[in-house]
Amino acid sequence: MVPFAGWEMPVQFQGVMAEHLHTRAKAGLFDVSHMGQVLIRPATDMATLAAALELLMPVSVAALPEGRQRYGLLTNEAGGIRDDLMFANRGDHFYVVVNAGCKEADIAHLTAHLGDQVCPVTDRALLALQGPQAVDALSVLVPAVATMRFMDVITADTVYGPLWISRSGYTGEDGFEISVPFGGADGLARALLAMEDVAPIGLGARDSLRLEAGLCLYGHDIDEATSPIEAGLNWAIQKSRRTGGFAGDERILRELADGPERRRVGLLPEGRAPMREGTQLFAEDGTPVGIVTSGGFGPSVGAPVAMGYVAASHATTGTTLLGEVRGKRLPLTIAPMPFIPPSYKR
Amino acid sequence: MKYTEDHEWLRVEGDYIVVGITEHAATQLGDVVFVELPEVETQVAAGDEIVVIESVKAASDILAPIDGEIVEVNDELAVTPGLVNEDPTGRAWFFKLKVDDLDVLDQFMDEDEYNDLIG
Repeated sequence: MVPFAGWEMPVQFQGVMAEHLHTRAKAGLFDVSHMGQVLIRPATDMATLAAALELLMPVSVAALPEGRQRYGLLTNEAGGIRDDLMFANRGDHFYVVVNAGCKEADIAHLTAHLGDQVCPVTDRALLALQGPQAVDALSVLVPAVATMRFMDVITADTVYGPLWISRSGYTGEDGFEISVPFGGADGLARALLAMEDVAPIGLGARDSLRLEAGLCLYGHDIDEATSPIEAGLNWAIQKSRRTGGFAGDERILRELADGPERRRVGLLPEGRAPMREGTQLFAEDGTPVGIVTSGGFGPSVGAPVAMGYVAASHATTGTTLLGEVRGKRLPLTIAPMPFIPPSYKR
Repeated sequence: MKYTEDHEWLRVEGDYIVVGITEHAATQLGDVVFVELPEVETQVAAGDEIVVIESVKAASDILAPIDGEIVEVNDELAVTPGLVNEDPTGRAWFFKLKVDDLDVLDQFMDEDEYNDLIG
């Protein structure tokens, strides 16, 4: 167990490697209750609230249909990322899930702009069930999940209480994130873990799974100084928002038009030595060109994998760079992400 | 077999001392994915960081337990680092050290003392 954002979290159960591979082969259960759950209820109507949220995020809120979830980013005035999040249109309100480490700041920021429309959820746990067998496992308890598509959200009345379920996750696998009342969380977790294909997964494998899937970890791969464009999150900014009208729009629109000075890229070390966060990157002529922000061993790739920021001049896929590990400069190649093919049910 | 406070085991084999890490250490490290070994014929001093072990969790060093010369390293670990978890006190030895006097081993813990340490 390790402290994480004020919570005691399990790093591993049977071992990071075994848990990682189990999730990709069958189904892994993650307790992600440390993440922040927030409801935003409109004082007047959803359209007015959506417009207010669009001032804080460069993503389309207004066009998100009821029953659908979307990836979002809270930006600051300088175009950096305050936090990344998931938000869902649940008919008469938005449901938002934010990072544990940013939860307090996010709630303060949202409340400053939206007042008492912002209601933190304080009586629910959050479980994630991820992997190719997740749908079969969860549909035993909640048959309705079988017909959900990637990023759909539903409410299901169960013996564990009303569950708020989305078909999404942080592993690159098909799967679900399940908000469950505290009183039902233990029973739901035990019912899932009693199934043959479901195993508990710790923070260690959560990190290696999301790294192979090319997904950002806030505070490491993105932060207040990083813009969504540098981070390669252009896809999260829908066409309708590319005219501005959100925090940090000046920098974000400029980088969209002209390209950023540095870019987040996937990195494949050529040898077996993992290149971890903080590894300095150099061009072959010795010029410093960037830094690794997440790196380790990819159990499904069977080799070390990393992501980091590299000067745009050196960020083309296939470019060979050198990473300095314990005083030695070892070759690595810029590679497309994700490192594994995702299997979302679109 | 003798043990260091850094969770290494030391075993005499002919004129040399064979060095590895204990099962306790291997379990604490988690799945080992990379081992970097020293060059043969390197002269080392007690406390030198001479092996790097990377697990899925983090990188750790193995220190030279005593002064000596590296006479052989286990190249199998470069190809199959997972041996450190599978067979830490057997096939996953790290290096063999030539020392002036094998009596230096007397200063290290025996199995009972080591078990008390990790108990």
